Amino acid sequence: MMPGTATRALAGALPRFSVLALILLASWLAFPGYFDVTVNDGRLYGSLIDVLNRGAPVAILAIGMTLVIATGGVDLSVGAVMAVSGAVAATLIADGQPLAVALAAALGAGVLCGLWNGILVAVLDIQPIVATLILMVTGRGIAQLVTEGAIVTFVDESLIFIGSGAVAGMPMPVVIAAVLAAAAVLLVRRTALGMFIEAIGVNRRASVQAGLNVRVVLIAVYVASGFCAALAGVIVAADIRGADANNAGLWLELDAILAVVLGGASLLGGRFSILMSIVGALIIQAMNTGILISGFPPEFNLILKAAIVVVILVLQSPQAGRIAAAIAARTGITRRR
Amino acid sequence: MAHPSPLLEARGLGKSFLGQTALDGVDFTLRAGEVHALLGENGAGKSTLVKVLTGVHRRDAGTILMDGAEVAPHDTAGAQALGIGTVYQEVNLLPNLSVAENIFLGRQPRRFGLVDRRAMERNTRTLLAGYGLAIDVAAPLGRFSVAVQQIVAIARAVDLSGRVLILDEPTASLDRQEVETLFAVVRRLKARGLGIIFITHFLDQVFALADRVTVLRNGRRIDTVAVADTDPMAIVQMMLGRDLEEVESGPGRPAAAAGAAPAIAFEGYGRRRSVEPFDLAIRPGEVIGIAGLLGSGRTETARLLFGLDAADSGTVRIDGRSVRIASPRHAVALGFGYCPEDRKTDGIVGDLSVRENIVLALQARRGWLRPLSRAEQAELADRFVAALDIRTTDIEKPVKLLSGGNQQKAVLARWLATEPRFLILDEPTRGIDVGAHAEIIRLINRLCDGGMSLVVISSEFDELVVCSSRIVVLRDRRHVGELAGGALTATAIMRTIAAGGADDRTEAA
Repeated sequence: MMPGTATRALAGALPRFSVLALILLASWLAFPGYFDVTVNDGRLYGSLIDVLNRGAPVAILAIGMTLVIATGGVDLSVGAVMAVSGAVAATLIADGQPLAVALAAALGAGVLCGLWNGILVAVLDIQPIVATLILMVTGRGIAQLVTEGAIVTFVDESLIFIGSGAVAGMPMPVVIAAVLAAAAVLLVRRTALGMFIEAIGVNRRASVQAGLNVRVVLIAVYVASGFCAALAGVIVAADIRGADANNAGLWLELDAILAVVLGGASLLGGRFSILMSIVGALIIQAMNTGILISGFPPEFNLILKAAIVVVILVLQSPQAGRIAAAIAARTGITRRR
Repeated sequence: MAHPSPLLEARGLGKSFLGQTALDGVDFTLRAGEVHALLGENGAGKSTLVKVLTGVHRRDAGTILMDGAEVAPHDTAGAQALGIGTVYQEVNLLPNLSVAENIFLGRQPRRFGLVDRRAMERNTRTLLAGYGLAIDVAAPLGRFSVAVQQIVAIARAVDLSGRVLILDEPTASLDRQEVETLFAVVRRLKARGLGIIFITHFLDQVFALADRVTVLRNGRRIDTVAVADTDPMAIVQMMLGRDLEEVESGPGRPAAAAGAAPAIAFEGYGRRRSVEPFDLAIRPGEVIGIAGLLGSGRTETARLLFGLDAADSGTVRIDGRSVRIASPRHAVALGFGYCPEDRKTDGIVGDLSVRENIVLALQARRGWLRPLSRAEQAELADRFVAALDIRTTDIEKPVKLLSGGNQQKAVLARWLATEPRFLILDEPTRGIDVGAHAEIIRLINRLCDGGMSLVVISSEFDELVVCSSRIVVLRDRRHVGELAGGALTATAIMRTIAAGGADDRTEAA
């Protein structure tokens, strides 16, 4: 219906997909079995599946982070919120509560955390980086209080299933991430929410004057981010069958921000694409997995990661955008002006 | 004029930016012990003149003399060394430091190599006592009112320079009481023999404080006169650059039927430090012009009407029913719309498309759960792009890529799409070309024939006369008069501005 928008979106997606393809290709060169997928006990196995599975928590974080960043904010607390929700879920399950109670409490804790962030940002007008820094620090404290300083382990199969089970062959975390992504895309693109979020990110003053309920939208995106973080936290806890308040989700807020930036969103707010952010998350995970299986010492991981990030950011610069447009034109995709 | 010898003198100052002439052969003299007001509309060259005098901008032509000797300050420090200090509207001090630290920043008294806090605070107390200010000098500056901060800034500037003090719109964010306090300080400094350049938009303040006034327009000096020898009318004429005998066009729009009940009635509506309480009754199909000089409270009035600022007094009635307008969201829900003066910062959402910009307010009113479909949005956008002749190749183009006039029209389209009952247009024709200008005026007329009420704010008095059915005149943040029918002329507007609030001048003096 809107060929202009569609081609523009395609041209924007091109550099990200090419980088992802390059990383996969390089991994394959280093490890010939990379693309092999095997079926075992009705579950898919292989490096590619591993990328998806390991990338799911960051992809889920990136969904919420995308919305927050699109409003011109940032949520530094998502790693800590993961620890909180993991701790809540693990503690309740270990206490013999049913899965539904544990899940509701864990996700509810994430929503409360998001509400707190949202109120600090939208009502008290505290800069997002500072406002969410508060919970980034205290969140781990709260998580430790919940677990009483110990690593809480559990053997409840229903919770473990969320971390390492499979549906139709796909690992559960991948299924959850895919469903959440689809729901999020529908929520923001089939309602006017996406437009409101972008308008606030581009020009908050003009959005207020156009009659938008800016406060409510801002609170909503932080709540969404808190929810996503809680879900990721439950998955990670379920995967390791325990809650580690100190290390669960540690530094993952940075991976989530990076995923969104790799997905092409500006930290100043505005246009966003949830799907591209997920591609960003997969790029990060493909790098991690690729370096791991290619036998490079893990010390290289960080340096290589940095190098690839630089490459992507260069590709995203306006100058490189023109080059990409030229390539797109040569391959027959015409850009409407 | 006790000291007739010029303290600071500028001859034939010229300055241009990228081919745009900002100052053109301006002469200016400042005597010791006088307050010299600098007046002019926006862009007249007041700030440029001050910046050239203080070395912030390098002059292209002319000479500056201090005590008869030629000087050439290169920067503010150089100007300070010559004895010229400047205090800007926005206080350029550090609110988190103490009053004493602000006064002595960069030149703290030292003892054994360390800052001698006690000496610093003692000196500050002595210094501020000279300004009739007895405050806790160890407290952070930010804790005090803007007026006190202004006085601290003045104290610092005078202590640093001591010959010439330039005050750039110091009273813009002060209330009446605070203006008085500030004036008392200025009079003390004047008595001490300082030459003071006083930039303001408030005519009252010129007559209350200044000895002479220089009027600038389009970078030229129009005249310098002694305040005692002139009157507000003459000064308004100099600022706007027209004679009374000029255009005498009658009102372009007939007044709404006198019997029609006001649809929207504001009573005793006002806000401290913004606009004094006013009454405004708006009938369906009526165009109310709001006229006044810059800083007279025009935009402040619009912001109050639209709920951008909360009123702290008064009531609003719509169709006889009492309502509350505490935010733009309330106003939009009531069918109000507002095209702001500064479309770049308050109007357009630059990265979003023309289509999205046009549907934004309507979508905001419907709420996020009732989205307009892509087809409905495109249909609306196409309709308004055609109706307002918005020049764009594509409704999907980011609105920031459009020209200024077309951006303005996109914001207008955003409000028209909501089918408002009451629309406020703040400077609707500023910065747009002549063609678009005529179109917007035509559009205003057409809208009101359809029963919509309008408030139009404009500094182009002729334009207001042509399109308004009534004109409210503002001066010094007060609604001072209302013109309608045969009395509606540009001359009458100027006369009202000049005369307005004359009885209150004693209050300010």
